[in-house]
Order: sequence, then structure tokens, then C-alpha cells
Amino acid sequence: MNKRTKTNIILLVIVLLLIIFPFVFVHGEYGGSDDQGTEQIKKFAPHYKVWAHPIWEPPSGEIESLLFTVQGSLGTGIIAYVIGNAHGRKKALKELEHPSQKTSASAKK
Amino acid sequence: MQFKKILKTLLAITGAMIFFLLAFPTRVQAMHIMEGMLPPSWCINWYVISAPFFIYGLYRLQKIIQSSQKNAKVMLALCGAFVFVLSSLKLPSVTGSCSHPTGVGLGTVMFGPGVMSVIGVIVLLFQALLLAHGGLTTLGANEFSMTIIGPIVGFLVYKLCRRFKVNRSVSIFLCAMLADWSTYITTAFQLAIVFPDPHAGVMAALIKFLGIFAITQIPLAIAEGLLTVIVYNLVISNDLWKETALQ
Repeated sequence: MNKRTKTNIILLVIVLLLIIFPFVFVHGEYGGSDDQGTEQIKKFAPHYKVWAHPIWEPPSGEIESLLFTVQGSLGTGIIAYVIGNAHGRKKALKELEHPSQKTSASAKK
Repeated sequence: MQFKKILKTLLAITGAMIFFLLAFPTRVQAMHIMEGMLPPSWCINWYVISAPFFIYGLYRLQKIIQSSQKNAKVMLALCGAFVFVLSSLKLPSVTGSCSHPTGVGLGTVMFGPGVMSVIGVIVLLFQALLLAHGGLTTLGANEFSMTIIGPIVGFLVYKLCRRFKVNRSVSIFLCAMLADWSTYITTAFQLAIVFPDPHAGVMAALIKFLGIFAITQIPLAIAEGLLTVIVYNLVISNDLWKETALQ
């Protein structure tokens, strides 16, 4: 494993810890509705009338999570394709340039 | 070596984070400004302020697409995809509520702050139309905080860090983290101006909104910074992009 891969793995573990940490040590409600953010506004301005509403709302929590997943997986797919493609190209180019090192390079791994 | 520096920065930020947590404990969901939550005059105001940045973004986008820079279009797609992924992740935070990262740091590092205002609008529109998250009336305001202030702050931080010869990964980490954080600080300002505390005024409201938005965002901003470094490292190590490109 090269140094960069190692750094990336360590960074990823820190990200996971950052996300898991609140679950273990903080007992919150985690989520609820988006309306909670507007509660504070209602406290400051009780007479404020919400004058516009979303044109379309996901009919249920399931549909909403579906759409969020679609959004996330679309992005992940593109990222994985671009980086995977470049990785393969780089490897193929290396082997084209130094065909003799092919066996030694793969043996190292 | 670079890892040690990141660790040190992290420790410092964690210290600050714990201080803030103890200072202002709140438990509210932190998100973009929801549909209809700003009065019409303010909606128009933010649209007007954001418009020139958006037009500049289009100009920059056209320049980049026409440039002979290798992989420029592919990298644009990658940066857009990164914003898509990160803004779809509602993550739990130490305040006991959830919020999501913005993902604008990666594109800012690669292309400068202009382009994100265009890419960001696509994501904001997706969420406003399909997820009832954010809104069309508040699009200008959310655009201003997430795709204009965030990237500009991130870009300045990145340039400053590079000027002072800070290690590249650390610079990117700080850029993405502060771009994320400043977005939510801006949101707090935007709400505090419109909805001041009826008894204590704008400043009191600002502190309250900062407690809601900025505090929840601290660990998420750190996570976003680290994720941005990972993706950028992968991009560089696979010869997709050179750091000196377009800069």
C-alpha cells in the first residue's frame, strides 16, 4: 500500500469517527422534521406568515429517502467512474511504457 | 508529516468546538432557509445580489469548457457530483440534530470561486423542486450563502495558506471546512437580519441563529474538509489534474 492510500484510509476513519461520535455520546433526537429550523423564527416573529410553499413535496419519508439516495448515488457513480477510469488508464500506460516491469510490479502488490 | 499537521489542526478545532458547545447548547435542525421563510422583499434582494456572481460563474464556466486544459470538463462533472453527494448526506452532529455538508470546497480549489455559483444552483434547484428542501423563493439567499460566500471564503483561505507555504492537503482541508462553515454562518446572518429578537434585537437573534446553524455544522465541516482532501488526493495521484492548472 502506498503512502497516499494509507493517508486516505486514516482520513476516512476520522470522518467515520466524527459521524459516529454524536450517536454514542449525545442523546439527541437526530432529525425530526425540517420545520424545527423554522421554530426559532416563529419564536422571534410569531406573526410572520409563510407566504410560499414548496410546489411539490415527497409524499412520504420513504420517497424522500429514495430521492436523497438517488441524488447521492448519482454523484457517487460519477466520482467512482472518473477516478476508476483514470486509475486504470494510468496503470495501463505504465505497463505499456515498461512492459518488462509488469511482472515485478504485480508481484510487489 | 502532512498527517501530523492535519491532526494538530483537528485537535485545535475540536477544542474550539467543545468550547462553543458548552457555551451555547441548542438542539435544532440546521438546514437551508426553507420555502417562504423570507419576506418577498428579502427574496428579491438576495436574488439581485446573487445574480452578478451567477453571471460571472457562467462566464468562468464557458472559459473552462473552452480551455485546452486536459480533463477540464471531466473535473467539472466530478466537482458537481461531489456537491451532489455531500449535500445529500444528512449527518448527525454533536448538538443532537442533523445537517448536511455543502461540498463546494473541491470545485473552489480546482476552478476558483466563480464556477461553484453555477454548479451550486443545479443542486439547490434539485433539492428545492424534488425534496422540498430549501425553496424557490429562498433560492437567491441559499445561493448567496452556499455558492458565493462559501467558495469565496474557501478560496481566500486556500490562497492565503498556499502563500504561507502551508502543506497542500492542510490548505484544502481548511478551504473546504471554512467554506462549509461560513455558509451556515451566512445563513444565520440572513435570518437574524430579517427576524431580530423582539426584545433584544439583531445581535441576540444572531447569537441564537449561530447557535443553531454554526455549532451543529462544526463536526460536519471537519468531515467535509477531510473528504475533500481524500477526493483531491485521488484526483492528483491518478494524474487527472495538476495543482497548477488554471491558477
